[in-house]
Amino acid sequence: MSEATLLPVIFIGLMGLAILVYALLDGYDLGVGILLPMKSDEEHLRDRMIASIGPFWDANETWLVLAVGLLLIAFPSAHSLVLYHLYLPATFMLLGLILRGVAFDFRAKAAVSHKYLWDLGFKSGSLLTTLTQGYMLGKYVTGFIPGWGAEVFCLLSALGVTAAYTLIGGAWLVLKTESDLQGRAIRWARNANRLTFLGVIAVCLVNLWVNPSVFQRWFEFPLVMFVLLIPAICLAAFMGNEWLLRKLPFPDDRYCAYPFAFTAMIFTTCFTGLAFSFYPAIVPGKLTIWEAASAPESLQFILVGALVVVPVILIYTAYAYWVFRGKASDLKYH
Amino acid sequence: MLDTLELSRIQFAANISFHILFPTINIAMCWVLFFFKIRHDMTQNPVWMRAYRFWVKVFALTFALGVVSGITMSFQFGTNWPGFMETVGNIAGPLLGYEVLTAFFLEATFLGVMLFGINRVPPKLHTLATLLVALGTTMSAFWILALNSWMHTPAGFEMREGVAHVTSWWEVIFNPSFPYRLMHMLVASGLTAAFFVAGISAYRIRKGDTKRAPLLALKTGIFMAAVLMPLQILVGDLHGLNTFEHQPQKVSAMEGVWHTEQGAPLLLFAIPDEEAQKNHWEIGIPHMASLILTHTFNGEITGLTEFEAHPPVKPLFFGFRVMVGVGLLMLATAWFTSLLLLKNKTLPYWLLRHLEVMTFSGWVATLAGWYVTEIGRQPWLVTGVLRTADAVTSLPTGNVGTSLVLYLLVYAGLLTAYVHTVRLLARKSVEVEEFEVDDHATHDRPLIEEGASS
Ligand code: HDD
Ligand code: HEM
Ligand code: HEM
Repeated sequence: MSEATLLPVIFIGLMGLAILVYALLDGYDLGVGILLPMKSDEEHLRDRMIASIGPFWDANETWLVLAVGLLLIAFPSAHSLVLYHLYLPATFMLLGLILRGVAFDFRAKAAVSHKYLWDLGFKSGSLLTTLTQGYMLGKYVTGFIPGWGAEVFCLLSALGVTAAYTLIGGAWLVLKTESDLQGRAIRWARNANRLTFLGVIAVCLVNLWVNPSVFQRWFEFPLVMFVLLIPAICLAAFMGNEWLLRKLPFPDDRYCAYPFAFTAMIFTTCFTGLAFSFYPAIVPGKLTIWEAASAPESLQFILVGALVVVPVILIYTAYAYWVFRGKASDLKYH
Repeated sequence: MLDTLELSRIQFAANISFHILFPTINIAMCWVLFFFKIRHDMTQNPVWMRAYRFWVKVFALTFALGVVSGITMSFQFGTNWPGFMETVGNIAGPLLGYEVLTAFFLEATFLGVMLFGINRVPPKLHTLATLLVALGTTMSAFWILALNSWMHTPAGFEMREGVAHVTSWWEVIFNPSFPYRLMHMLVASGLTAAFFVAGISAYRIRKGDTKRAPLLALKTGIFMAAVLMPLQILVGDLHGLNTFEHQPQKVSAMEGVWHTEQGAPLLLFAIPDEEAQKNHWEIGIPHMASLILTHTFNGEITGLTEFEAHPPVKPLFFGFRVMVGVGLLMLATAWFTSLLLLKNKTLPYWLLRHLEVMTFSGWVATLAGWYVTEIGRQPWLVTGVLRTADAVTSLPTGNVGTSLVLYLLVYAGLLTAYVHTVRLLARKSVEVEEFEVDDHATHDRPLIEEGASS
């Protein structure tokens, strides 16, 4: 394969990876935001929940910057096309991200009487972010066609994505908290697991129905045996979660990390499924990765850097998670 | 009615102006924190730790605002300037990409360790985390300024079918104006942080804070400013000479030179008149502008009327004077205060008030400077390669108008909340006792801390 054919493939892979990691990592901290209980006597719960994401959220959001960056670097015309169609939802997503990002810091430092308001900001900012992300996913999958049928699908997708983020947020709390709060987290995660399941089913069916080409691709003969593994694993993960979340917590807090692992599996399979449906289109029905790619010499220049730097990033990210391993304690700026 | 182009320009200017406020403080503030931390590690004097503890809170707050406004920035190119990426994406993309890879992840990851890890990692590693965050923020500035400088003085590329292709990455990154712009920006950040630290410390002292930490921070800020300000004048002068060589029409506008002159005066004040192509109310020092720019008494400065197109004159002319004016005020303030401090005199009440007023003076100078540079590049977005008007999105005006109004509202709210909260933090710290329990138990406390988040 020539460079001009190969490089876009590598970059779509890198970008897919960045999006998936973003969805997993920022997913759990967005989910925690959505789950914040807002009764006035639950402030200590909110403190602790936010403490569980404190050291991580900033780096988590950086994966979004990387994903958008890669789209911009490798597929500039797709970047323009996508953001042209998603202008308003993207703006609302950014406003949501702004609101939650600053609320996180202000809540601890503003006057005590304002803390509740910032918590509310954190929760609603998180919700606004996930809803708009789901909506944008819907728009993207339907190739930005107008009409209210598509709108309904986008709203469905908004709810589905929000449910999925809530699920991973709940699973994170099961892992990082203990006693009462953990008990609640288990319940939250169980409900979210069921909702997410319904969401995934609905989105899959509608997707197959509106995109005949996708249907063809999935059910083409020899491949079908292999690719059906994807939904099978996904289903198994949902069932595993359901079963486990009914039994948790176990003595010594055994298996508390499993819901997170199962949920990560759900995210990964759903994402792979989507990618499989549309590859090699970068904008479904409009642009392929080769049509949208930038010049090979530019891709090469950044690839060299990426190959050196990404492993280093992964190493120090792992280090940060290791430093803050164990149950979340209350955060204290020194 | 404003059209999509105008709205997009206002929106971009609003977003980047808002964003730059926080990095300018933090690029240098992080080095100040590193300085406090290192001093503590070397002397084991707890007062350095107390200074660190207070300023790291302010830093965290500032950082959060920098990050969220930065994320907005990374969407701006696609949403409002598709023509930019389509034409020069091969250059802008990788530079932005390296910023994400080498700077953003570094600072964002170690920020967690820096803010919350002090009891979880050995002290040396914690100091290292502080250093890595400082390196990360500085590296951010390096890459983004490489891109911005390239837009002013493009080099190392060729145009093929209307798209820029790189011929030499070295020339792209180290383009002619880059070293000057980077230096000038880094020093600007140092000055902004210095006056920020000094101003807030002055406020604490005026409110009756007799602890040693605020005085120490005030001294750090003032001495830093006293050293950096002369350096900034030097670097600014070099930067100006470089601009004179590569973008002469910008300098002519800054100096208000309408018709080619030999021995042009340095105008201290004037009101440029775009229509009459002359200045009113000129007050100037004869020959000075020629002397500064050409280093000869009667050097020639090309008049604005000689250029095919020139940027709007008023904002450049006044923006430049605001920047330099604030700079001179900074110089006087820093040197005078240093003198008193070196002689161990107590600072008079009026001087403390004055320092408080100067708290955000760095913002004024920085914004003024950026407006001069960026407006001075117009009508080009990338000098000689791409016009601003050709890069703009074809989105309906209503969409851009909506987003602009929302951003402005949010920014106004956040800026108020930020200034208010910094003040509150300073206020609260006045009442804190000199010897907090925390000081003694920094390194050997159990993993689970007690108490509410603060
Ligand atoms: C604390 C902030 C600050 C202070 C005190 C000064 N500047 Fe500045 N100046 C900046 C912050 C800044 C800046 C915001 O960082 C700019 C905008 C872009 C850049 O590279 O630097 C800038 C731009 C800028 C330019 C425009 C360069 C161009 O158009 O490409 C010139 C000629 C100067 N400066 C010169 C000076 C001089 C002679 C100063 C002496 C008093 C001075 N600046 C003080
Ligand atoms: C270093 C990174 C920067 C890049 C890549 C950049 C890029 C751009 C772009 C794409 C535009 C749009 C063209 C236009 O609106 O006319 C612009 C204009 C502008 N920028 Fe920057 N900019 C940077 C830094 C800044 C900063 C830090 C400020 C202010 C604090 C600033 C202030 C402005 C203003 C005021 C305009 C509008 C000029 C006009 O429309 O007349 N820029 N710049
Ligand atoms: C077009 C212009 C710009 C874009 C697209 C941009 C993008 C971003 C993004 C995405 C972040 C968040 C990084 C994270 O997740 O940690 C950020 C933060 C930052 N940016 Fe920008 N930026 C721009 C202009 C500038 C300029 C002009 C400077 C300074 C010279 C600057 C310096 C920084 C720094 C130091 C941070 C770290 C956060 C902080 O210290 O507050 N950026 N920027």
